[in-house]
Amino acid sequence: MKNITLQFIPYAEIAYISPYRRVKYLIDLAVDNRILLIQGKLAPEEEADLIQETMKRIGKKRSRFKGIELTTFSPKTKNLSFMQSFKENVAKTLLGERDVFTIVGPATIVREIKKDPKKIQLLLRK
Amino acid sequence: MPIKIIKNFFKRVFYNLFITKKHVKLGFYGPPNSGKTTLANRLCKDWVGEDMGKVSRVPHETREIQFKEKVDINFNNKKITFKLIDTPGIATKIDYEDFLHYGLKTKEAKKRAREATRGVIESIKWLDDMDAVIVVLDSSKNPYTQVNITIIGNLVARKIPVLIAANKTDLKRIKLKKIEAAFPEYDVVGISAKKGHNMEEFYETLFDLVKKT
Ligand SMILES: Nc1nc2c(ncn2[C@@H]2O[C@H](COP(=O)(O)OP(=O)(O)O)[C@@H](O)[C@H]2O)c(=O)[nH]1
Ligand SMILES: [Mg+2]
Repeated sequence: MKNITLQFIPYAEIAYISPYRRVKYLIDLAVDNRILLIQGKLAPEEEADLIQETMKRIGKKRSRFKGIELTTFSPKTKNLSFMQSFKENVAKTLLGERDVFTIVGPATIVREIKKDPKKIQLLLRK
Repeated sequence: MPIKIIKNFFKRVFYNLFITKKHVKLGFYGPPNSGKTTLANRLCKDWVGEDMGKVSRVPHETREIQFKEKVDINFNNKKITFKLIDTPGIATKIDYEDFLHYGLKTKEAKKRAREATRGVIESIKWLDDMDAVIVVLDSSKNPYTQVNITIIGNLVARKIPVLIAANKTDLKRIKLKKIEAAFPEYDVVGISAKKGHNMEEFYETLFDLVKKT
């Protein structure tokens, strides 16, 4: 957990680059052991591109990268049922949804955090 | 006689359109291990009399796209010809160490993982080619996963009709209601591909789906 950082990516930072470069940018950061909190949401096609790019990076020599965890959530709809927020997530495909956030993180690290949520506090204190 | 030539031309074009339309490219998508190949095999066995691919309890058994041409399915006196396309499925992570728990050696496990990553890439590439897709889910698992959302989102974006096969209904503690609630816009059919449960309803829903292509 030593070399991990949490990085906030505001909407403006990735909104105006091409989808191709956006996906590359995000995956480069994830491979570099960063957990990304992105303001906005990827389009389904970008999610698919992100998964393809992820697969290409797994198993590279000298890399312990095993893939990503990807989650979209919206703080506003926190009290909605899971079903409603799921429907919202499917309906909202624009990156420009500013009340929606996406988390992209290396799978191995997210797994560690799930096992021991206190670790996220360690990260935040940096 | 130009009129006759034109008439014949149109007849041929429409005939071809009709034929291609009835030759439905049907994809099997879903997360690893949900039973995509088991279901594809069930269809093959029911209508062609042979299997299509290998099934395993170890995830990522299917690592290359598998095809079965000309599968004629009859239902209510109607016949539709399918081309079945069984895919490796979609995952956001693949860890070779997971395969070690199933008794694979490190070298084998790494090879399987490498092939599995390529399989996921292929599965995504093939999305564009589908006329209709069966999303196969494991009914005993939580349906609200990012992989499921990404799969459905991509099918919606490409306007490909979707049927959700909630598989493994023979297991205990299945979440059929939860799956139906998660995908209210779609037909969800509970089946057991392994045991052959509820296949009549499955075929009926499949024929309804093809009408939408
Ligand atoms: N209990 C039960 N197990 C099933 C069913 N369908 C598939 N399986 C099992 O789930 C595992 C994965 O099946 P497979 O078809 O290879 O999944 P795929 O990765 O989606 O193609 C195997 O052990 C199958 O025997 C089912 O309807 N019920
Ligand atoms: Mg399979």
